[in-house]
Amino acid sequence: MDIKRLIIVAVGGQGNLLASSVLGEAALLANVPVRMSEIHGMAQRGGVVESAIVFGDAKSTIISDGEADLLVGFEPSETLRALNKCNNKTVAITNLSPMPPFTVAIGKGVYPDLNDLQEKLRAKTAKLIAFDAVALAKTAGNVLSVNMVLLGALTQTAILPMSVEHTKQAMKNKTKPAFLDLNLKAFDLGYEAAAGA
Amino acid sequence: MHKLLTNDQSKKMMVLGNEAIARGALEAGLAFAATYPGTPSSEISLNFFQISQESDLYFEYSANEKVAMEMAAAAANSGVRSMAIMKHVGLNVAADALMTLAYVGVKAGLVVLTADDPFMFSSQNEQDNRYYAKLGGLPMLEPSSVEEAKEMVGQALGISEQLQVPVLFRTTTRINHSTAPVDLKPLNIGKPEGKFDKDPMNYVTVPAISRRLHVKLLEKLEKAKELSETSPFNFIEGTGKWGIICSGVSYNYVSDAVKDLGIGDKTRILRIGFSNPLPEQKIKAFLKDCDQVLVAEEGEPFLEEAVKAFAQEEALTLKIKGKDKDLFSRLYEFNPAIARQAMANFFGIPYTPPAIADTSDVPEIPNRPPNLCAGCSHRATFYAVKKAAVGRNTIYPTDIGCYTLGFLPPLSMADFLICMGSSVGTAGAFSKVTGDKVISFIGDSTFFHSGIPGLASAVFNNHNFTLVILDNGTTAMTGHQPNPGVQMDDWKLDGYGRVSIENVVRSLGVQHVTVIKPLKINKSIDAIKEAIDYQGVSVIISEEVCVLFAKGLERVKKRKSFRVTDRCKNHQDCVKELGCPAFYMADDRPAIDPVMCVGCAVCAQICPENAISPVKDKA
Ligand code: SF4
Ligand code: SF4
Repeated sequence: MDIKRLIIVAVGGQGNLLASSVLGEAALLANVPVRMSEIHGMAQRGGVVESAIVFGDAKSTIISDGEADLLVGFEPSETLRALNKCNNKTVAITNLSPMPPFTVAIGKGVYPDLNDLQEKLRAKTAKLIAFDAVALAKTAGNVLSVNMVLLGALTQTAILPMSVEHTKQAMKNKTKPAFLDLNLKAFDLGYEAAAGA
Repeated sequence: MHKLLTNDQSKKMMVLGNEAIARGALEAGLAFAATYPGTPSSEISLNFFQISQESDLYFEYSANEKVAMEMAAAAANSGVRSMAIMKHVGLNVAADALMTLAYVGVKAGLVVLTADDPFMFSSQNEQDNRYYAKLGGLPMLEPSSVEEAKEMVGQALGISEQLQVPVLFRTTTRINHSTAPVDLKPLNIGKPEGKFDKDPMNYVTVPAISRRLHVKLLEKLEKAKELSETSPFNFIEGTGKWGIICSGVSYNYVSDAVKDLGIGDKTRILRIGFSNPLPEQKIKAFLKDCDQVLVAEEGEPFLEEAVKAFAQEEALTLKIKGKDKDLFSRLYEFNPAIARQAMANFFGIPYTPPAIADTSDVPEIPNRPPNLCAGCSHRATFYAVKKAAVGRNTIYPTDIGCYTLGFLPPLSMADFLICMGSSVGTAGAFSKVTGDKVISFIGDSTFFHSGIPGLASAVFNNHNFTLVILDNGTTAMTGHQPNPGVQMDDWKLDGYGRVSIENVVRSLGVQHVTVIKPLKINKSIDAIKEAIDYQGVSVIISEEVCVLFAKGLERVKKRKSFRVTDRCKNHQDCVKELGCPAFYMADDRPAIDPVMCVGCAVCAQICPENAISPVKDKA
C-alpha cells in the first residue's frame, strides 16, 4: 500500500483533534497502519494546531515540507501558511470562512485577500477544493460541525485508504451519540461540496 | 471508567504517547507516582491523576519536581514501584535529589521520566537530558515510538528493580504527542503499601557512607552494561556496510529514509534504546562490520562522541560522523527529509529532494501567536501595573505560566525570564544594580514551585522590589492542574490541605502585602501605586480565577457579554492597550465577539467614552 500523508491545520478550538481521532479510528477499522502527531502552540489560547497523519507502512509521525498528499485547512490563512507542506501533486482543501488572528485587529498584519489566497493555493497544488465550511456546518445545524464537514470533503477525494463506511463507523465510535445525526449530515454536505468542486 | 483502565484486550487502542506510557506503567505494577506538571509530559500525570481516583494507584501533584522525586524515592525505598514524571527542565530542579538517590539506590522499581522538547515547542531551552544519565550513573532507556514507549516503561521498572537503581526514561515531544495503535496487556496496578527497613549505613549519605555507595553504584553500572549488551532495545537491522547508529525518533526517520532511498541492501542500522551504559561490545562489533558510520541523534553528539571513543579503543579508522554542517544539526528536531538528505550526503547517493511549493510570492500571513484568553485576569493585572507605573523606569522580570504571554504586544509586560522562580530571584539584583523600579510577576503554582526561597532571601537581604503574585487558583498553562494554594472542591475532591499565599508571604516577613481583585481596574491601580512606592519588598496578590478553568466551575457565575455601543469615538484604547482577543475590527471600528467575550468588564472600565456596556437581555 502506498503511504499517504495528511496535514490538518486549524485554529485552537475548531475541533480538528476530533477529526484526526475519527480518521485514526477509521484507519484502525480499515486495517490501515496509521500514526500521527500533533503540535499545538497553546491551542486553547488561540494558537495554531497542526496534525500530521501518516497512513501506510511508515515509521515517522512527522511530514516534511513538500510531502503532504492532502492538506486540509480549517481556516483560510492557516491553509495558506501551510502551503510549504505541499507540492504540485498535493490536493488542498480549505474552509473559506476566515478567523483573522488578533494581530490583525491591533494593526500588526494584514489578512490575505481570499481570492488571491485561493489563486495561490490553486496554482501551486494539483487541486484546490475551497468552500465555506462554516456555512455548511450551520446548514447541518451546528457551527461546531465544521470538522465533520471537512472530514466529508477529504473523504470524497478518496486519497486516503479508508472508505466512506469506515469513516462513518468511526464517527459513530468517536463522536457524541447525541450529535451523530447532525455530524453525519455535516459530513455528507462536505462530501457533496467536494464532489462539486 | 477511565479509558486506560479497560481490560478489553481484544482490539488495539489508539493512544497518545503519554497515554501509552501511563498504561504501560500500570501494566507493570506501578503503584505510586508524583509529578510537577510540564509539557510535553503533562498528559501522563493527568491520566494518573484521574486513574488514581478510580484505582489503588497513589498519585500526587507535588509542589515541584524535586519534591516529586523525593516522594518517589521514599516510596521506592519502601518497596513500592514508583515513577517521578517531569519535563526536561524539571529534572534540573530534581537533579539534586536524583544524583544522590543514584548512590542510595532503590528497593522497588523507580522510573524517572524526563520529557525532552527538541525545538522548544513549549519550553525555554532544548537541553539534552541524556547527559543526566551519565552525570548520575543511571541506566537510561529511550523509546522510538508510541508502542515501544508502552513496553519499555514497564521494562524500565523491571530493570530498576533488578539493578536497584533508578532508571531514567527519556522521551521527546514527538513521542509524547504522537498517537498510534497499541496492544493492551492485563492491568497490574500495584498497591501503594510498603515497608521501610531501616538501614542507616546505606541510607544516610554522610561522606563515609557515600564513599562506599559510589563504589556500589559503579558495580551496578557494570551490571547495567551487561544488560545493555544483550538488551533487545539495542538491535541491528540490515547486513550492509553503510552503518547508521541512531536512537529515539531519529530511528524512524532513518528507517523511512532507507526505504525511500532504496538502499536497504547497503545499510546496517544499530538502534540504541538502552542508551546508558552503552552496549560497548555490540557497538565495537558493529563498527567492525561497517565501512563508514553515520550517527543520527537529535540534540547533542551524545552517541557520536561515545562511538568515536570506542572506535579509537579498537584502533578503527573508518569515517564516523553525525553532527556536521552537511549532516545533522544540534538544533531543533529532525524530520524524514533531514534524515534523507544527511544520508544522501554522507553515503554519496545522488538524491533530489522533492519539490516544495514555492511560497516566495505568498504575501506575509499575519502571525497567530497564542494570546491570553478573552477575560483573562492576567491581562487586567498587567494593564493595572502598567498604568500604576507610568512615568517610572521599570524592569519587569516574569516567570513561567500563561502570564508569560504578557510578553506580547500590546501588553509587552515581560523583560527577563530564565527559569521557574527567576522573577523573584532576579528582582533584587536588577533593583540593586540599576536603581530602576523592579516589578516581578509570578503565578500561584510557580510561586509554590520555586518562588518562596527567592522571597525569603529578598526579605533577609532587604531588597527593594514589588512582586505581583498572579493567583488564579490553578496551574493553568499545563492544563489546569491543582497546586498547594487551590481549593480542591474545584476538582470535586476532598482530603487535601490548602496553603494561603497571603499567610506564606506575611510569615516570610514581607511588610507590605496587598490583595487585589484585578478586574476592578481603578482600585487595583491605586493599590499597586502604593505598593510600588514602598521602599523594600512589597507583594501584591492578584486574586481572580482563571476564566478558562472557571468555565467548568459551578461556583463561578456566568457574566453577560459586552458590546461596543455607538458612543464609541474610535480611540481604540480597548484594542490597542488591552489586546483582548474578543475584539475584532468591523469597518475599522472595534467590535466585540459575543461568543468569546466572558464579560470581565475590563474594557468597559478603560473606555474613555464609557462606550462599552453589557449586552441587554432580549425581551
Ligand atoms: S488559561 Fe486561564 S490563565 Fe491561561 S490565558 Fe486563559 S484565562 Fe488566562
Ligand atoms: S468584557 Fe471586554 S475585556 Fe472582558 S472579555 Fe469581554 S471584550 Fe474582553
